[in-house]
Amino acid sequence: MDLVTPDIGLIFWTTVSFAILYFILAKFAWKPILGAVNEREKSIKDALSAAEKAKEEMVNLKADNEKILNEAKLQRESLLKEAREIKSKIIADAESEATEKANKLVEAAKTAIENEKSAAMKELQNTVVDLSLNIAEKLLSKELDNKEKQLDNIQDILDKTKLN
Amino acid sequence: MLLRFSGFFTLIFFIIFSVNIFANPAGKTDENKEFDVNEMIMHHIKDAHEFHIMDIDGHAVSFPLPIILWTDNGLVTFLSSEFNHNDSGEVIVERKGQEFIKYHEKIFYANNTGGVKYVAYDAAGNVTNKKPLDLSITKMVFSMFLSMLLLILIFVATARTYSKSKKGEPTGLGKFTEPLVMFIKDEVALPMIGEKNYQKYMPFLLTLFFFIWINNVMGLIPFFPFSANLSGNIAFTFVLAAITFIITTVVGNKDYWKHIFWMPGIPVPMKLFLAPIEFLGIFIKPISLMIRLFANISAGHIIILSLISLIFIFKSLWLAPASLFFSVFISLIEVLVVAIQAYIFTMLSALYIGSAIEEHEH
Repeated sequence: MDLVTPDIGLIFWTTVSFAILYFILAKFAWKPILGAVNEREKSIKDALSAAEKAKEEMVNLKADNEKILNEAKLQRESLLKEAREIKSKIIADAESEATEKANKLVEAAKTAIENEKSAAMKELQNTVVDLSLNIAEKLLSKELDNKEKQLDNIQDILDKTKLN
Repeated sequence: MLLRFSGFFTLIFFIIFSVNIFANPAGKTDENKEFDVNEMIMHHIKDAHEFHIMDIDGHAVSFPLPIILWTDNGLVTFLSSEFNHNDSGEVIVERKGQEFIKYHEKIFYANNTGGVKYVAYDAAGNVTNKKPLDLSITKMVFSMFLSMLLLILIFVATARTYSKSKKGEPTGLGKFTEPLVMFIKDEVALPMIGEKNYQKYMPFLLTLFFFIWINNVMGLIPFFPFSANLSGNIAFTFVLAAITFIITTVVGNKDYWKHIFWMPGIPVPMKLFLAPIEFLGIFIKPISLMIRLFANISAGHIIILSLISLIFIFKSLWLAPASLFFSVFISLIEVLVVAIQAYIFTMLSALYIGSAIEEHEH
């Protein structure tokens, strides 16, 4: 029974001791320790949330990059397509132009040939006339001496000229 | 690390304690008298007015402690050595015209009436002498002061280490003590009380935990100035449980009292039935705290002492190895038990406080 009967003296001293211990430790130990721990926890929490934020930003940035990349790809595709179109158009244009030019050249050549031909013909005619006149002149100067012969000659020339 | 440490002190325990028992711990039993295990164990786990260190050649060597008495004639103080190691009321110390005797570690007024010298008994064998109010610095009070000193040294030094660190990280002693503080915070205060209010009770819970733990551990160390069974003393556990009870009762909110006297959400007859049970619960909770710590720590001391006593009961040295083996085994378990008991006391205190300030949502 003695064992389970609380002793007044010990109750008194335990109460006093616990109260003193509580106030001393609360003021000089728990307050600074818990303060340091809480502050550290707060800074860790802040750092973590900052890291989380940075991570989120990274994800956003990545998404943006992807978007830009996709856009660039699309743009490249369309540019290439356009270029191809332009290329084929240019080729087609060039072809048609060349054909046209060639045709024109041929035409021009033809006209030039025609002109040259007619000019040559004219010249030939003139030459022929000159030649004829010369011949005629010579003949006339010769035949005027001989009347008969003259007449024959004229007849002969006329015959020949008629043929022409 | 813990194992090595406990192994080390268990070794010391046996060297010193076995010598102690051999040399008559009670200090008075004769050579031819039977070894009284019960007396030896009770003597160890109860309080004393002097700190018995050892016996040399049958003479007790002990550390005298001050006796402080509030008597009919006012305050009386003297050293326990004045009783000259007498514990059966045969030595009288006279102060302020009053005579005092020490009988079974209790101070009485000496009895001089009716021809009975010094100690008078009633029919049942109980002492009938009058007792002054005894506020002595006993073995346990001395041990308690020592534990206070150690705690203050350890934790003020810990607090100092934080001012040396740059980012609030623990350095030196803090590396060892901070995990313990964090354990109380994260495993006891936060889950039991809740994030909103836990900080208010942290100093109390920390003080409670370390006060119980260090006294438990000091009780396991078997030599002077330790070995006092303070946390296995009912007065000590009574005070700590009473503090928890007072806090719970004072801070209890409307919901707490409503749940005790008029439990919501159940029919009226059940309310009437539950009210007295819940009301008793208010007292049973701290009483269970008190008894649990007292019984566990005392039991640990009793088991170890009993196992060692086996050698003396059977009067055979051949039993020593077995006795020793089991004592070491139990000692190792006790190292664990004392920490767990400190944790349980703190955890349940936090739980009771938490339930008193919990806000229910109905």
